[in-house]
Formats: sequence, C-alpha cells, structure tokens
Amino acid sequence: MTDVATPAPATPVARLQGAATGDRIFRIVLSLAALSIPVLLGFLVWELYKGSRLAIAKFGFQFLATSTWDPVKDQFGALPLIFGTLLSSVIALVIAVPLSLGVAIFLTEFAPAAIRRPISFVVELLAAIPSVVYGLWGIFFLVPILTKTVFPFLRSTLGFLPFFQGTIYGPSMLSAGVILAIMVMPYIMSVSREVIATVPGSQREAALALGATRWEAAWTAVVPYAKSGIVGAIILGLGRALGETMAVTMLIGNRHEIATSLFAPGYTMAAAIANEFSEASTDMHFSALAYVALVLFSVTVLTNAGARLLIWRVSKGRPGGGAGL
Amino acid sequence: MSRILACAVLAAATLAGPASAQSLTGAGATFPNPIYSKWFDAYNKKTGVQINYQSIGSGGGIKQYTENTVDFGASDGPMTQDQMTAVQGDVLHLPTVMGAVVLTYNLAAVGTTQLKFDGPTIANIFLGKITKWNDRAIAATNPGVKLPAQDIIVVHRSDGSGTSYIFTDYLSKVSPEWKEKVGFATAVNWPVGLGGKGNEGVTQQVKQSDGGLGYVELIYAKANKMGYAQVKNAAGAWVDASLESVSAAAASAKFPANTDFRVSITNAPGATSYPISSFTWLLVRPNMKDPVKAKALKNFLEWMITDEAQQMGAALDYAPLPKPVVALEAAKIKTLKANGKPIT
Repeated sequence: MTDVATPAPATPVARLQGAATGDRIFRIVLSLAALSIPVLLGFLVWELYKGSRLAIAKFGFQFLATSTWDPVKDQFGALPLIFGTLLSSVIALVIAVPLSLGVAIFLTEFAPAAIRRPISFVVELLAAIPSVVYGLWGIFFLVPILTKTVFPFLRSTLGFLPFFQGTIYGPSMLSAGVILAIMVMPYIMSVSREVIATVPGSQREAALALGATRWEAAWTAVVPYAKSGIVGAIILGLGRALGETMAVTMLIGNRHEIATSLFAPGYTMAAAIANEFSEASTDMHFSALAYVALVLFSVTVLTNAGARLLIWRVSKGRPGGGAGL
Repeated sequence: MSRILACAVLAAATLAGPASAQSLTGAGATFPNPIYSKWFDAYNKKTGVQINYQSIGSGGGIKQYTENTVDFGASDGPMTQDQMTAVQGDVLHLPTVMGAVVLTYNLAAVGTTQLKFDGPTIANIFLGKITKWNDRAIAATNPGVKLPAQDIIVVHRSDGSGTSYIFTDYLSKVSPEWKEKVGFATAVNWPVGLGGKGNEGVTQQVKQSDGGLGYVELIYAKANKMGYAQVKNAAGAWVDASLESVSAAAASAKFPANTDFRVSITNAPGATSYPISSFTWLLVRPNMKDPVKAKALKNFLEWMITDEAQQMGAALDYAPLPKPVVALEAAKIKTLKANGKPIT
C-alpha cells in the first residue's frame, strides 16, 4: 500500500477511497469473468449455427422428422438420432434412479458408520473412470453377459412386449442404456446422499416419535424433505447421459434406424457426431453433423430448463433441499 | 468448427517443434499413420528435417489441405471432383504405400475353414439380399463346406473411414445395384448391419457374434491373427490378401500417360491381383510458396519411394509400390516447383 509509505497518515476518507478503487477493479475483473461464460456460450451457438446453415437451408425442420442418413446422396434426417439419445437416457434413468436412491438412503439412514465412507468412496470412484474404459469394459464384459443371460431371459419372460422381441445382436439400445445407467449412478447417488444428509435430524426424530419404523421415517419424512435436491441430482445424471459419447457408440450398434425392440441397434446424436465428424467428406455432411450438434445442444438446454421448472415447482414453499444444485 | 480444428492442429504443430524452415506439417489419413510415423522418425534421424503429422482422418486431411493450414495432406480416397474444384485443381496425389481390406467372419459351424466369396455375393450380403449362411450363392463358391442355416450378422464401420471407402468402391464395381442404391464414400447409408467403431469395434463385434461377417484392414487382421476369406478377382481366380497380391493389383492397374495417380485399383485385372486393394496418397501442392519447405518436402518424397523406405512399409504389412508406379512417381516429383521455379 502506497499510503502507508507517505509521511502524513491518510485520512479515513482517503483510505476508503483507496479501498473503493480496489473494490472497483475487483468488481470489474469478476464481472468480466462472469460475462465471459455467456459470451462463450453465444460464440458456441453462433459457430454451430454457422456450421449448420447449409443443412438448415436445405432440410429445415424436416431434418428433425426424417430418418434417411445417406452421406453419398447428401440426404440427412436426424430423427433416429434424437430418438436414440432420448431413449437411451430414459433407460439409463429407469435403471439408475432407484438403484442410486436406494444406495443413498441406505448410506445415510441405515448403514453402520464403518462402511459408509468406503461404500460412498467406491461409488464416487466410478465417476472418475474415463468413458472409453467403460466402453471397453462394456464390449468385453458387459455385452457378452447381457447377450448370453439377461437378454434371452428378458425375451422369454417379457417377450410378449414388443420391446423385448427380435434377434439379439449384443450391441443394442438396451446395452447402451445399461452402461449409461452405471455411468450416471455415481452422480445421482453422491448428490442425493449429500442432500439427504442435510435433512435436519428433527425430521427423523419427529417421525420416529410418532411411531414410524426407520423405513417409514426415511420414506415419508426424509425423502420428501430432500425432494428438490434429489430431482436436481437426477437432472445432473440425465445431462451426463444425454451427452455421453464414447461408451455409447461402442455399445449401441450405430444404426440410423428407429426400432421398437430394445435389442435392436440404435444411434445417438453425440455418437454420430463423434463417429462421422473427422471423415465428413462433403460440405453438406459436415453441415448436417453441425446441425445435429445444434439439436443436441437445444435438447440439453430444454431438458435443463424443464428440470429447473420442475425443481422450482416441487420446492415451492419448502425449505432448503436444493443444496444439490 | 473447421476453424477450431484448424487452430488445434496449428497449435499442436507449433508446440511440437520449433518453427524452423526444416519442419513440415501434414494431416490426414489414419490408416497409413503407423508407416508415416515410422518414415518421419527415420527421416528426421537421417536428415534432421522434422515432419509433424496429425492423423485426423482423410476427410480432415483434405479439409486442412483445402484451407491451406498444412504443408501436405494425406488421404485414403482420392479427392472428388468437387474437392478438386475447391482447390482449383492445385493438388498432386502421390501414392505412398498400399493397403487391402479383408472379409473376416466368425462361424462356429465351419471352424477355421477358409471361406470363399465372389464380388456379387459380398455385395448382396451387404445389401441385405443374402441373409443366411447356407444361401445358394455362398454354397456355390464353397463346395464341400457344410454351411449352417444361420443368420449372417453383418458388421460395418460406423465411423467415416478410408477402409469403408475402399470396400464400397469395390462393391460399386462388382454390383450395379450397389452402385445405384448405395454408392461409395467414406461413410454410406448401409442397407443392413451393425456399426462398429474403428477396426477394433468391427473385430470385436464379429468375434462375439456367431455368424458375424465384417471387413477390416489387412494389417489389422494380420496383427490380430484373424481369419479372412479368399475373394474372386476380376480374372476369375481365388486370391488371398497378401503384400504380393496387393502389389500385383497395383502393378496391373492401368495408368494413363501423365497420370494424376487418382486411380482406383479395386477389382484390378491380373490373375494374382487381390481385388479389394487401394493406394493411399499424400496431397502435395505442385507449386509451393516457400522454397525452403518445397525443397525439404521434395527431398522427403524422393526418399519415400526408395527401396529403403518402401521396405519399412513391408515390415509393417503395407504393400510396397510396384516399380512402374515408382518410376512414374519419380518423374512426377521432378515437376514440383517453388514460386514457379524448379526446385534445385
């Protein structure tokens, strides 16, 4: 500080002014940092739009409703990709949500303290595994097991449903959904666990005092209290599932087709971009992939917005619980 | 997005070495990357010239070349007429080595018996017109083999790839229906089958499905000790894919006088030619701006077609260029210019 070195002590006002200058600089720096994010996002959208202009001009919104993907004849439609992205994510959530919620409730409400830390550590470790490793594990371990045991079992027991019929190839929508479920579990689990842990003890005590069993206390007093946080955790998982690329492309079979059967191969937007981008030979092919990226971006934004809305509605009039976000 | 890619490549290139005149940058095909890395390394030790190569794929290589962000490009498929127009024809295709694509299969019922396929049968399988292993067309070319009444599980590449280009180029030549319905490119609209990512994705899928049939690069099949089928060539002979049969395909290909080397050697004539073979090319500017770089590149190209360099390719299972092609190429390299003047 320069004013310390001056012989005459600075007046309090001068000191304040000095601080105000520092504050102002600090504020400008922070504002710039905060502004850089929306600007970056704007550039991203602009670049995607610029890249996809050719395809937008040619296909318009028909792009979202047609299924042909023919790089040779320059005909592109992204419906199977959109369908595959949404369906694989939904399968993932259907499997992962009950599992991870169960683990989270167990760890906070029931587990003996000695195993709490090790278990949650191991589950969280799953989040640190690179997705290509999941993909390899999926190809070498998961798919053979699913193909030999789980899929035939599903076909013989639930085969009356159209989702579990037809030839079993191995790589399929269902395989991709299962690997995604394993990948999003740690996110949903660890965030839900944090949220449930913040529920005040008085909630549990009140329920128990009213004669509830521990299970009833957890289900009727603790989980509803943490509801908005849990929804947030699920959204986090959904976001990961929608954008996951590598593991999915290794297990989904990569076919531009909409099939009723979950045993049939499918495709997702992220997987198609990763697969075809580097070798996109024509401008239209390149542009169509950029268009797919733009659609994927919109889908993610829409699901996130929907999720915010949902959280806002469930948490209306409720204290806390949104800590997970 | 292409600009982002270009920046990334440029950044990588500048990081990789000092921007001295004795360094060249290139980008493109992944298929010849092992031999290119080996060449560039050997050439660096020999002469001190540093060549940085980014194996980002043939499509990317052509893009980078067109946008003038690299000194040379590399591609498994020749540039299309549109792409040539985009650079005003300002490009030379120089073949470096050759590769082949083989059909690999997994059929427990026949074990290790080597199957034989002719072109139209392969096309019909990939068109979805032949769906069973005991189809009459397959049985006809495999007398004495007991084929099961199993479904054929067709596997193709899901990522755009030079391998798919070579394979579909071949199918277009042997099947008019394929040419009309599907055509050839690095990525096509496959009528049937599962998509595997990369050679390893296709291999794994074939290995895991009894009844699986897919196509991979010869070097990949060899490295992984996978069985592959004999294919009937244009002369009507059954041929195994090997360095010799691939070189034979190139040797029997007809090059017009003053060729630009954009020659497809799939379904080549000649009794010993393997029909699903192809060159892979470097894309070079016939008239470079920077005389120092032009000289360095020209020297490298001259070395690349020597026996010494070509034999390095054979060690990695890339078929060496046949002598007539080397002679044609040497003449072409002599025509390279810098700023309109011959390079001395």
